[in-house]
Amino acid sequence: MDIKVRVWRQPGPSAAGKMVTYDVKGISPDASFLEMIDVLNETLILDGDDPIAFDHDCREGICGMCSMVVNGVAHGPEKATTVCQLHMRKFSDGDVIDVEPWRAAAFPVIKDLVVDRSAFDQIIQAGGYITAPTGTAPDAHATPVPKKDADAAFEAATCIGCGACVAACPNGSSMLFTAAKIAHLGLMPQGQPERDSRVIDMLQAQDDAGFGGCTNAGECTTVCPKGIPLSLIGRLNSDYRKAISKN
Amino acid sequence: MSANDFWADGEPVFDKAAPDGPVETRWERRKFAAKLVNPANRRKLTVIVVGTGLAGGSAAATLAEAGYRVKSYCYQDSPRRAHSIAAQGGINAAKNYRNDGDSVYRLFYDTVKGGDFRARESNVYRLAQVSVNIIDQCVAQGVPFAREYGGLLDNRSFGGTQVSRTFYARGQTGQQLLLGAYQALERQIGLGNVEMNARHEMLELIIVDGKARGIVVRDMVTGEITTEFADAVVLASGGYGNVFFLSTNAKGCNVTAAWRAHRKGALFANPCYTQIHPTCIPESGSHQSKLTLMSESLRNDGRVWVPKNAADCQKPAGEIAEADRDYYLERIYPSFGNLVPRDIASRAAKNVCDEGRGVGPGGLGVYLDFADAINRLGRKAVEAKYGNLFEMYERITGEDPYATPMRIYPAVHYTMGGLWVDYDLQSTVPGLFVIGEANFSDHGANRLGASALMQGLADGYFVLPNTISNYLAAGPFPKVTEADAPVVEARKLVEDRIEKFLSIDGDRTVDSFHRELGQIMWEYCGMERTEEGLTKAIGLIRALKEEFWTRVKVPGKGEELNQNLEKAGRVADFIELGELMCIDALHRRESCGGHFRGESQTPDGEALRHDDEFSYAAAWEYFGADGRPVLHKEDLNFEYVHPSTRSYK
Ligand SMILES: Cc1cc2nc3c(=O)[nH]c(=O)nc-3n(C[C@H](O)[C@H](O)[C@H](O)COP(=O)(O)OP(=O)(O)OC[C@H]3O[C@@H](n4cnc5c(N)ncnc54)[C@H](O)[C@@H]3O)c2cc1C
Ligand code: SF4
Ligand code: FES
Repeated sequence: MDIKVRVWRQPGPSAAGKMVTYDVKGISPDASFLEMIDVLNETLILDGDDPIAFDHDCREGICGMCSMVVNGVAHGPEKATTVCQLHMRKFSDGDVIDVEPWRAAAFPVIKDLVVDRSAFDQIIQAGGYITAPTGTAPDAHATPVPKKDADAAFEAATCIGCGACVAACPNGSSMLFTAAKIAHLGLMPQGQPERDSRVIDMLQAQDDAGFGGCTNAGECTTVCPKGIPLSLIGRLNSDYRKAISKN
Repeated sequence: MSANDFWADGEPVFDKAAPDGPVETRWERRKFAAKLVNPANRRKLTVIVVGTGLAGGSAAATLAEAGYRVKSYCYQDSPRRAHSIAAQGGINAAKNYRNDGDSVYRLFYDTVKGGDFRARESNVYRLAQVSVNIIDQCVAQGVPFAREYGGLLDNRSFGGTQVSRTFYARGQTGQQLLLGAYQALERQIGLGNVEMNARHEMLELIIVDGKARGIVVRDMVTGEITTEFADAVVLASGGYGNVFFLSTNAKGCNVTAAWRAHRKGALFANPCYTQIHPTCIPESGSHQSKLTLMSESLRNDGRVWVPKNAADCQKPAGEIAEADRDYYLERIYPSFGNLVPRDIASRAAKNVCDEGRGVGPGGLGVYLDFADAINRLGRKAVEAKYGNLFEMYERITGEDPYATPMRIYPAVHYTMGGLWVDYDLQSTVPGLFVIGEANFSDHGANRLGASALMQGLADGYFVLPNTISNYLAAGPFPKVTEADAPVVEARKLVEDRIEKFLSIDGDRTVDSFHRELGQIMWEYCGMERTEEGLTKAIGLIRALKEEFWTRVKVPGKGEELNQNLEKAGRVADFIELGELMCIDALHRRESCGGHFRGESQTPDGEALRHDDEFSYAAAWEYFGADGRPVLHKEDLNFEYVHPSTRSYK
């Protein structure tokens, strides 16, 4: 396939950026989107140009490192798929494809397509855990967990922390990410003791880190590669109301 | 073969930390004998932990909980993204919740045997013992393991064993375990007990007065080089499978941290022991940047086959009659069938492909077929167990595995070799500890499925925090400063190397060298190794090294985010490691576990060990980029599980 890509190029955090167009010729439909960029970068390097910086690691859709807005959609056109798992067979010969970084106040651009997502870690620091210091645990079978709850907790826990939800949100809100963690831990008996403080502290951390407020636009769940449902935000809100009414 | 042009013989190396006597109480006795650090003093002691995977994340969190000051490093933008996140299938533990005859002893036995009698009994026994605590710990953290309707934990069985002892969370066990460790780590970061440095790469080890006292790191965003000091350094930097360029590892996985330590005196053990995983998605073309694993748990229900006749290989699978299919694993290994250990399954796939019976592009693939499982259990049940893996397969290949059998082929997956450590997980450099996949300790020549997660967490949560205190009890050590000669020297080494990369300005990209190295390694140091091939490979790698240092082109500057500069450093180290791997493979003139020497096989093509000559771990000492490495042998003694020929027939 022969395609064109228009890529956001920004040399550094405070530098101005712009879209730059490149031709990519003879790319296999079986190549992944990132492999297409690899091929382009090899040519750029040999031509003496600066290759495109982008985040990636596992290339299996699990580490949450890759982060590109493709044709205006975080992670690109394929539903429930990270951009590293997107393949060129989803495009057509002659396509012009736009590639941009996550854009959100809380995720400043570092270079080209690379952004700083450390604000997510700050939200987890504030309460996205169960306090269980090593060595203090009772036998794993001491507390049975209904399969239904364990399965639901697992579904919520599959969030990969990629930030697509934030990038897609008109307000740059991190509600879906936070809600997924609140649900994961709140659905388990182990998570109950800290349930109230967790939701209060994580929401505070979210505000402090510069994420916007949630207006139920629902864009987050549409782009989420793991299909985290909007209903978890409702769950979070209800947890929050209960928590503040007690305090 | 003894010392020659390629290597020199050295003195034996001993593990002085392991107690002797009954294996069941060795760990108890070691813990009791180890010196403790009084809680008030722990605040005064700093530990650097490089890596935030299962090993590093769990260690950093646990050390901080215990009261030490911890500085933690990873190359990703968040500690949550370490490569452990990608592990799919599960984690072993000798809980015997199935009441199917499992026990600590059986897990110990299976692991020693599975490792083809090339691991230390003391270490493996301890691993089996602490395995049960790991599950308790993870459940307490809220890891959502799969459960049964009664609310108790579910188990599955994994390759190489006949009991069900594998705990799992759908096909994302590594993710869930890592998030547990990551959350514990973030809690400690929030409390101010851990200083987290994401997007920082360790590029050199600092040794002062014979002790590991710090590291040189590069801030991958600004390019700033800094020196960091501590009372002890822990490497948890993962495995080196990416020396093959194509592997199931994440793209950033590298050997640099371990290799830099090796260059500074830490012995590197059994580098040639590589695990080639039998169930990966085959390569699709020259753009291929990595390979994707399909969890081995698929072999519980999928049946592996190829056409009986080479002439059928081009036909669609559905058109090949049952009678014309060769379920070769079930045929050759009737008692284990599709569940034979990885090395056996991989080599068997290579053999049928070498016979011209492979399927898919280039004839490099075999079928993994779920038709029987779907008939027997129903599509729903298969979907519940493997849904996400099937989706992943379809996304990558564009084929629907519910309708046509998957195509799979072996790929490099795990490296059993690593820095040599004693029972305390301390390397030959005092104060340098190595945990997780980065060390060589527990899996011998072959790792069983679901045992790496177990080992990473055993090391990080339960072993290292108990053994490191024995070392730290003598601290705090004298203050180290920027001006100390070894610090200046280590920093200069890093700066000079970066300058060198940037100044060569040649005509080949870093990736092109990496790919070429990978091809050499796969061809000559992959599933089958021979004296002739390895000798050739060493020559090719030496020539490649020369070419790399004269023709590589690294764009950009040092003082910025520069991903090609990062890669250049890693590839330079992989080239040196590749050479050592070939030398190690050449010197070991036997087949064992993941190391198969063409010259050492039984008449029916099975691996043939030579216990009389090779019952040792090969620990290599670095002697300059152009010098001969020196071989130190650690003899292995088997008091409990007596070496026998593995038989899965
Ligand atoms: C696809 C896949 C599936 C697997 N499935 C299973 C399974 O089901 N069961 C099982 O038991 N095992 C499995 N394994 C193996 C297992 O996942 C790994 O062996 C294990 O997770 C390694 O953990 P670790 O903590 O040692 O290293 P890693 O998780 O690789 O972590 C390494 C850390 O070191 C950091 N690092 C590396 N170099 C540097 C440097 N120079 N400077 C700073 N930081 C650095 C990285 O940033 C990272 O944080 C699988 C492996 C793969 C590839
Ligand atoms: S909720 Fe979805 S989109 Fe948001 S960080 Fe998690 S996985 Fe990514
Ligand atoms: S690179 Fe890991 S999720 Fe895309």
